[in-house]
Amino acid sequence: MSSLLMDFEKPLAELEAKINELKNFSSEKGLDLTEEIKTLQTRAEHLKKEIYGNLSPWQRVIIARHPERPGTIDYIKMIFADFMEMHGDRYFGDDRSVVGGIARFHGQPVTVIGHAKGKDTKENLARNFGMAHPEGNRKALRLMEQAEKFGRPVITFVDTKGAYCGIGAEERGQAWAISANLTRMSTLRVPVIAVIIGEGGSGGALAIAVGDHIMMLENAIYSVISPESFASILWKDPGRTQDAVEAMKMTAADLKELGVIDEIVPEPLGGAHKNPEEMARILGKSLEKALSALKKEPIESILENRYKKFRGIGQFVSG
Amino acid sequence: MLKDLFRKPKYVTVHADTVKKDIPEGLLQKCPVCSEILFIKDLDKTLKACTKCGYHFRMGARERINSVVDEGSFVELDAVLESGNPLGFGDYPEKIAEAQKISKLKEAVITGEAAINGNQVVIGVMDPFFIMGSMGSVVGEKVTRAIERAIEKRLPLIIFTASGGARMQEGIISLMQMAKTCGALARLHKAGLLYITVLTDPTTGGVTASFASMADIILAEPGALIGFAGPRVIEQAMKQKLPEGFQTSEFLLEHGFVDMVVPRTQIRDTLVKLLDLHTTGGTDNV
Repeated sequence: MSSLLMDFEKPLAELEAKINELKNFSSEKGLDLTEEIKTLQTRAEHLKKEIYGNLSPWQRVIIARHPERPGTIDYIKMIFADFMEMHGDRYFGDDRSVVGGIARFHGQPVTVIGHAKGKDTKENLARNFGMAHPEGNRKALRLMEQAEKFGRPVITFVDTKGAYCGIGAEERGQAWAISANLTRMSTLRVPVIAVIIGEGGSGGALAIAVGDHIMMLENAIYSVISPESFASILWKDPGRTQDAVEAMKMTAADLKELGVIDEIVPEPLGGAHKNPEEMARILGKSLEKALSALKKEPIESILENRYKKFRGIGQFVSG
Repeated sequence: MLKDLFRKPKYVTVHADTVKKDIPEGLLQKCPVCSEILFIKDLDKTLKACTKCGYHFRMGARERINSVVDEGSFVELDAVLESGNPLGFGDYPEKIAEAQKISKLKEAVITGEAAINGNQVVIGVMDPFFIMGSMGSVVGEKVTRAIERAIEKRLPLIIFTASGGARMQEGIISLMQMAKTCGALARLHKAGLLYITVLTDPTTGGVTASFASMADIILAEPGALIGFAGPRVIEQAMKQKLPEGFQTSEFLLEHGFVDMVVPRTQIRDTLVKLLDLHTTGGTDNV
């Protein structure tokens, strides 16, 4: 069980604490409180289902941003074997907010790339909170082209608030780096699977998410801008963040309905961080299924379908 | 009285706004950079550049097309496309209706075929006044269709960009227009066709990070704001003032992201020269 509680699960935690207290009390004093404990446990089960079974979009945002939520590095460790990290964009530097390299997936060599946040303040600073500079996006592209050369499928994990906004990022062409990725990924001659595992923020997310099969973890979010910025831009009221979350339709279920993603990967009750091993097992199974389906398809038809997938997104009327 | 002599006199501050009101509408315009009062008929001659300091006023899409293509050659494409409301977002339909009324445009981009000094091209021009030229489904679709048209007819493609970025009201659907336009551009480049963009004030966000920056040749108008994040966003994130001239066309030229900074009055001639240098057409680089 996670140590960091989210507000909406506090009633459950309190109840569980009470049950433990009662258990200790009964064993210490040698009293039989089985009935009482059982009643409370039933109530806890109900509460659990009630809380986690009806998560609001805002609660999912909190889960998606949970500091203990497993990230790219965790999934690489748990799902892949023999991961070898590769560094640098060959132009300017190595951006540690993007992790990438070669690994084995069920024996097959694949290229894995993803955003990496830190587990503590020090690592968060080193990894710039998972927000890529242009060189992070360029490193990703370099590794994808390397994968193409050697016929390795590409698997990406998206977990970023967005591409980094700063002086250096502008000086080194953030926009140019992103558009290059979008363009090149659309014709990359190997299967590409993208998984939104946590936060999918704007152009920074999309820069590694143009693929053949787009998956989203149940509590992940994916949006054009953060709900905080959305509220302050459109309503001039940052206090309306929760309204923005609803209006923007940024949950996995919303995006599946909008046709932006192909698959929702279910999470353990309460979120991926409650049971990272179980999450990795479920995700690994989904990846295996998606990859084996793509491997049966000729690359020309994969590319045609990839084009059509993005070509078809948009809603307009011929008035 | 004597003591009045020693009293500090009170001054009334006359705000610049009140001066503005005295200018008859449609006759004069003040330059926001050098404060020169300019005759609008003089501005028409310079294609809306300040006659004193050269500041380029923002220009609507129709006016822009007229300033670039051969007279009477423009044939508009997909003029009927209008926005839906994919997220069912609050007052979005009203916002569109209002923008349409003010701009007399259906959306933030006009696309079509035209001739530039006799060179047939596919052209797209964004309008900075239509909800800040933001890109939603219609902009993405029209730009993509223009790219596909250029491929189909083997014509050069020219796009003038002016955009605040993705259209917030269409959420994730706007974001996906970036991948959509770039996918189409990959095919255009593979077909060996010429693609030129002219970045005008402002070109930021999702448009810069998609079709604006994926051209063979990138021109920019002097002094235009061009970048990924808006300057206010960066200032807030960095908690510091941005250096003078940051994210201007000249800044991007210096950092190697645009090919030329070209004053508006010379853009047509520059395009003509470039088109003439590419008249042999594309080859299929399969």
